[in-house]
Amino acid sequence: MIQGLIDWLDRLGPRFYAAFIRDDVWQLYLQGLLTTLELTIVALIAGTILGVMVAIIRTAHAQQRPGRRKNIFLGILNVICQIYTTIIRGTPMMVQILIWNFVIFSSSRNKFMIGVVALGINSGAYVAEIVRGGLMSVDIGQSEAGRSLGLGYLDTMRFIIIPQAFKNILPSLGNECITLFKDTSLVNTIGLADLTYRASRIAGNNFDYMPPYIGIAIMYLTIVVVLTWLQGKLERRLRESDRR
Amino acid sequence: MIDVKNLSKSFGDHLVLDNISEHIYPGEKVVVIGPSGSGKSTFLRCLNLLETPTSGTITFNGQEVTDPKADIDKIRQQMGMVFQHFNLFPNMTIRKNITLAPVRTKLMSQAEANDTASALLKRVGLEDKADAYPAQLSGGQKQRIAIVRALAMKPKLMLFDEPTSALDPEMVGEVLEVMKELANEGMTMVVVTHEMGFAREVGTRVLFMDGGHILEQNEPHAFFANPKEARTQEFLSKVL
Repeated sequence: MIQGLIDWLDRLGPRFYAAFIRDDVWQLYLQGLLTTLELTIVALIAGTILGVMVAIIRTAHAQQRPGRRKNIFLGILNVICQIYTTIIRGTPMMVQILIWNFVIFSSSRNKFMIGVVALGINSGAYVAEIVRGGLMSVDIGQSEAGRSLGLGYLDTMRFIIIPQAFKNILPSLGNECITLFKDTSLVNTIGLADLTYRASRIAGNNFDYMPPYIGIAIMYLTIVVVLTWLQGKLERRLRESDRR
Repeated sequence: MIDVKNLSKSFGDHLVLDNISEHIYPGEKVVVIGPSGSGKSTFLRCLNLLETPTSGTITFNGQEVTDPKADIDKIRQQMGMVFQHFNLFPNMTIRKNITLAPVRTKLMSQAEANDTASALLKRVGLEDKADAYPAQLSGGQKQRIAIVRALAMKPKLMLFDEPTSALDPEMVGEVLEVMKELANEGMTMVVVTHEMGFAREVGTRVLFMDGGHILEQNEPHAFFANPKEARTQEFLSKVL
């Protein structure tokens, strides 16, 4: 029993050597990590733009003055947005990636593009709900004060509501960013060479699964810890105007 | 200045304002009093369309406010409003709170607006607070700033929605003082309040509302000395 443990520990060094250092294999992890980060950032930008647009359309639709003729164009957009968030939030991320890759873009070889589309559109639906909640969380008196001064709807949104909403939703947005970062690992199933994909290839080549997978788990964890720290720092800075 | 004709407002099945007609003349200081739920705040909020009337028309200086085609932003620029809960913008300095609307509506350049803000702040004795944030101020200071913010738009009419109801008793005086000065300068004012002393001293006309109706109105001295309606007498006996 003890002898077995000693042998296992004895072999750990060579196993990790084979998984990370031999034949400059670490470069593959680095490339994978870069792909993962690129994918996260581009999908995050796409998702945020999409999410904010959807949130504004849905809030604007909900805040139309009662008793007046509803804007039909806005009504149609609102229905589209509702269908979008329902479908995306109601189906598994994995299934969405498979559909984008094997059904919608089945003839495309640009896996990175497919990954961005799948992750960005998924993230957009969640960001939309977060932003919508944030816009609604700002006291109604704030928009009444803005409008009563003669500011238009868009100016009131831009200078008064959105800056306050942003502060309220920052924790949720940070969490969404972290979730998205981790969800990028799912794209390895469509052959996009992200960090997880690289690890599974190396593990398969060496017939040794523990070192690569534990290794990338630590890499993901490190980045999430850094992101969480940055998020906390940003929140504290934005809170300053409340405390003064 | 403001003409209200057959104004009704209901929230769902609940009728809050029942067929009100009223006229407010330039220079008047109309004080609206009444029990909670009598519709006085809703009446005030209908005047600048923060509440959309269910029926009836409101005309402000010849423009029909309730016309769906009316440029409501333009009309609101001429009507200042002060809220019970101040509603200062917590994400901006006091100066920015005051200058945002005049600059964005192209009434003034940023420099002109800054000068206006300084002059107005000086008038209410808060010139040293220009760079502070709302969270650093007391309730009375916030409400004085809120009045100044509305005045920066150079409105022709000021609406006050229970401006002292959310204040500590010792801060009520400083806010009423600012309102009194404003009244003395000839501003047309509509004030919903529970401050009977203010109504008596500053008001030129008192409206008593109950159950969505204007039950009784008179100039303040006669109103408080000889209320005619039984409901008014009952209300005044409780608050005075």
